[in-house]
Amino acid sequence: MKLAVLVNEGPYQHQASDSAFQFVTAALAAGHDVMRVFFYHDGVNNGTRLTTPPQDDRHIQKRWTSLATDNKVDLVLCVAACQRRGLVDDGEAKRNAKDATNIAEGFRISGLGQLVEAAVEADRLVTFGD
Amino acid sequence: MGTLNIVNKSPFEKRTLDQCLKRIGEGDSVLLIEDASVSAVLGTASAELLLNASKQSKLYVLGPDLQARGFADATLLDSIESVDYEGFVNLVVTHDRVHSWL
Repeated sequence: MKLAVLVNEGPYQHQASDSAFQFVTAALAAGHDVMRVFFYHDGVNNGTRLTTPPQDDRHIQKRWTSLATDNKVDLVLCVAACQRRGLVDDGEAKRNAKDATNIAEGFRISGLGQLVEAAVEADRLVTFGD
Repeated sequence: MGTLNIVNKSPFEKRTLDQCLKRIGEGDSVLLIEDASVSAVLGTASAELLLNASKQSKLYVLGPDLQARGFADATLLDSIESVDYEGFVNLVVTHDRVHSWL
């Protein structure tokens, strides 16, 4: 079955990023197609490569990146939420004249249309957040 | 099957479990995850609410979240079935739609 996931909460905040990750991992293990994980509101903070959690803690961003690399899961950050919170890729750096980028590998920045498309195309959309 | 309703807040903190249970229809299911998982334990103030809901809806709790909160060996309400993440995925797939009560 084709599944999509929406994450509305930042990493290390409460549990949404962890629950969503565990859910996606289990869905892939069961042979389902996870077509997209859309990160909205504070959820976009999952996609910065500049985080350095303590070594004995889970690295939430790297976990997502490996998921994208190993399973071709499309990780999309909402562009308006990124602009508010300082999540920047090459295109955004150019457009908004920023001197750096911080988006992690495996993530891309796009619009809410990607969430609508996921909701329409996937058989189920599962939301995690606070 | 009907709708899978996911509740993630403790009923001792937020009203979402109560709001959810008052609005769902026959054949809908409820999955308690994250902080809501604690309400599945026997003898809490939410027991009666869940017992009533179980007459028309199937109730589930995410076992790993109960375990993370120190309730691995706790006695659960009779009407609640514990599932793991694989079971969570299965519930999503076997219901027609999913609604998270955030």
